[in-house]
Amino acid sequence: MQLYTLRGEMDQKHLNFDIVVIGGGNAALTAAVEARLGGASVLVLEHAPKAMRGGNSRHTRNIRAMHAAPTSVLTEAYLEDEYWDDLQRVTGGQTDGELAKLTIRSTQDALPFMARCGVKFQPSLSGTLSLSRTNAFFLGGGKALLNAYYATAEALGVEVLYDTQITEVTLEGHRVRRLKAVSKGFPLELACKIVIAASGGFQANIEWLKEAWGPSAANFLIRGTPYAQGGVLRNLLDQGVASVGDPTQCHAVAIDGRAPKFDGGIATRLDCVPFSIVVNKHGQRFYDEGEDVWPKRYAIWGRLVAQQPDQVAYSIIDARAEKLFMPSVFPAIKAESIAALAEKLGLEPTALEETVSRYNAACVPGDFDSSTLDGVHTEGLSPPKSNWARPILQPPFIGYPLRPGITFTYLGVKVNERAEVIMRDERVVENLYASGEIMAGSILGKGYLAGFGMAIGTVFGRIAGKEAARNVRY
Amino acid sequence: MSGIEQFETAAMADARRAMEVCNACRYCEGFCAVFPAMELRRDFAAADLSYLANLCHNCKGCYYACQYAPPHEFGINVAQSFAQLRQESYATHAWPAFLSKAFARNGLVTSMAMAGGIAIVFLLTLVLQSPNAVFGKLPVQPADGFYLIIPKAVMTLTGFASGLFALLAMCMGLASYWKASGPRGWTLKDFYQALKDAASLRYLGGNGHGCNDKDGSFSTARRRLHHLMAYGFLLCFAATCAGAFEDLILGWSAPYPLMSLPVLLGLFGGFGIILGCTGLLWMKLQADQEPSARELLSADVGLLLLLLLIAASGLLLLGLRGTEAQGVALCVHLGLVLAFFLTMPYSKFVHGIYRFVALLRHAAEQRRAV
Repeated sequence: MQLYTLRGEMDQKHLNFDIVVIGGGNAALTAAVEARLGGASVLVLEHAPKAMRGGNSRHTRNIRAMHAAPTSVLTEAYLEDEYWDDLQRVTGGQTDGELAKLTIRSTQDALPFMARCGVKFQPSLSGTLSLSRTNAFFLGGGKALLNAYYATAEALGVEVLYDTQITEVTLEGHRVRRLKAVSKGFPLELACKIVIAASGGFQANIEWLKEAWGPSAANFLIRGTPYAQGGVLRNLLDQGVASVGDPTQCHAVAIDGRAPKFDGGIATRLDCVPFSIVVNKHGQRFYDEGEDVWPKRYAIWGRLVAQQPDQVAYSIIDARAEKLFMPSVFPAIKAESIAALAEKLGLEPTALEETVSRYNAACVPGDFDSSTLDGVHTEGLSPPKSNWARPILQPPFIGYPLRPGITFTYLGVKVNERAEVIMRDERVVENLYASGEIMAGSILGKGYLAGFGMAIGTVFGRIAGKEAARNVRY
Repeated sequence: MSGIEQFETAAMADARRAMEVCNACRYCEGFCAVFPAMELRRDFAAADLSYLANLCHNCKGCYYACQYAPPHEFGINVAQSFAQLRQESYATHAWPAFLSKAFARNGLVTSMAMAGGIAIVFLLTLVLQSPNAVFGKLPVQPADGFYLIIPKAVMTLTGFASGLFALLAMCMGLASYWKASGPRGWTLKDFYQALKDAASLRYLGGNGHGCNDKDGSFSTARRRLHHLMAYGFLLCFAATCAGAFEDLILGWSAPYPLMSLPVLLGLFGGFGIILGCTGLLWMKLQADQEPSARELLSADVGLLLLLLLIAASGLLLLGLRGTEAQGVALCVHLGLVLAFFLTMPYSKFVHGIYRFVALLRHAAEQRRAV
């Protein structure tokens, strides 16, 4: 088992490893570590430069883990049936039962594996969602987790090549024959026995998003890594690999409209919507802001805003609501009157004034309580506001711009329980495995369950790594 | 921009922006005291930032874990911003105010104080005593051997005067910082909590996970080395007190025999300081510079080197007893001690005071927040 060192050999243009892992996030690194532990020589190709490595995993924070009894970081118990029910609920049944249950069961072993890799956990302290029973939180979040995985991988002798984008995965029949890449600007051709694709979805590929969303996708913000271009995914689907998941769907939330185009991450979220009215660029409301508690509604607002003209909306509150939600990363836009606020936000003042006064007039007095569905609603207003409908009266008035923030896409490649990639003729590709977001659509076909993406990535990363290493030995 | 912003430094504006990003993210809340303290706030006044900066133990966990660290466009580097802010708070609260400039070129100030301290002790000794006292061979006994080199009155007076000056200056700094950023309403229980947190360096990875001493990996080396140095320093301080007590109260003059309290305390303390300071200096040279503040390097190195030299010269003095070199060793050692006393209120040494005040405020705040 020989490990080829890359340093000083870049000019050879041909590198020889048992296993090449495409991607640099959680699903890639868990695969690389397991494959190396299985005795294979492993090369990781990460599209991003070192400082930005780790795909969307760098923005994550926790993993949902099944457990029968309290652990050092998880309280009470979270058993297979409840986990499965939670998944059924969010996906509306769009999940492969066998793969999903395999994932759920395997999360039991994930935490000890992570700890062995140097991942530290913390008790969950605060935040909007209470997940201490179901989810284990990484101390410092996903980037700290990745640091631990990279350190482990490097200590084991896994080679990592940053700034390296795969341009072509060439299939011949049911085998991967060749990989072509651009590494730090130079073309690179790789020979390898086995490939593990852990290169994520296509959510950062605006052109691809336009295929489903039309030109409006140009106004979407991408919450995660700009390197999730979906090149490998498209390449494989074009060569007869079977697909899973709705190609037109993505997980989208409403985030601060001033967020960066890519990589804004968790900090750009805005939790003010339920205590506000949300208007479009014409100053008109378009949906019931108080329909349900925010954790159950935030994921629909990305789509709602995406359907508005110019894919922009504005959340308007008054001084009384200012401290009811998590602080925003960008400063609140404030003004002493609704008209002045409209001007600052670039809205038509009279239109916003009319919308606010119509809303205020429709508010039925009641006991406002931000911590529960308080039933304080509007009457005779369309669309209605069902909860927290308190008139917007007290200056300063505050506005936040909203834009759709895309978290991930659902389209992926089909795999079996050994993480082997399946072609449209239902035969497996002999030397190709997949893990993480590139195959997660099989299991999470719709919706979102906190910490489940990391569960799929960790479980299938480990399976892919182990199976690939076993395959090398044949 | 008018208003309060124009009175603020760039470091302060940067720290505030960082806190606003951090407060919307909160992924780092498990690392230390800073982030739970931040979460109690939505706005960050200058005095609050100074409090948070001094609460930070510079473990760097938040830098390596940060999804917004450079080259991300947010460019968040809390470890560095807070280090700069701490340095500014030391200068802001220094007494007398004109000496606050010493923080700007701390390494230079410390080296000049060292050179000056040694020179003064030598000159005074040569003026007051015969050169023979410094360079000659003295008997191991009589008991007042050191005072043959430097007269008792001079040694005692210089020691007390410089020590009291340092104490006064640091108390004035403490009072000023307390007024600006200190706790509002604290109990003895909070004091005890803060004392425990400070004595154990709890927030330097003391909860078991360690901190990022060198790079993204976790270790407890820095915490251990700091303990060696700090407790070594306390032992040496105890040795000095024991010596003063035996001399001034009991009338037993230095040098003391090997198996006496002052010598034993000083011996263990001295080795602790040497090991701790050497280790910390070595780590400083190894460490990734990205989360560090360059402008602090000179103050850090200055104090570590000074303590290291004091401890080493002290042990050397013990080893050279009764030889011709004893006089020179004593002058060098006492010169360095003099330099330490004079620069103490204007050196990294004060970080302990400000950090303790911050820990006390944190203990009180957390008690009230529960």
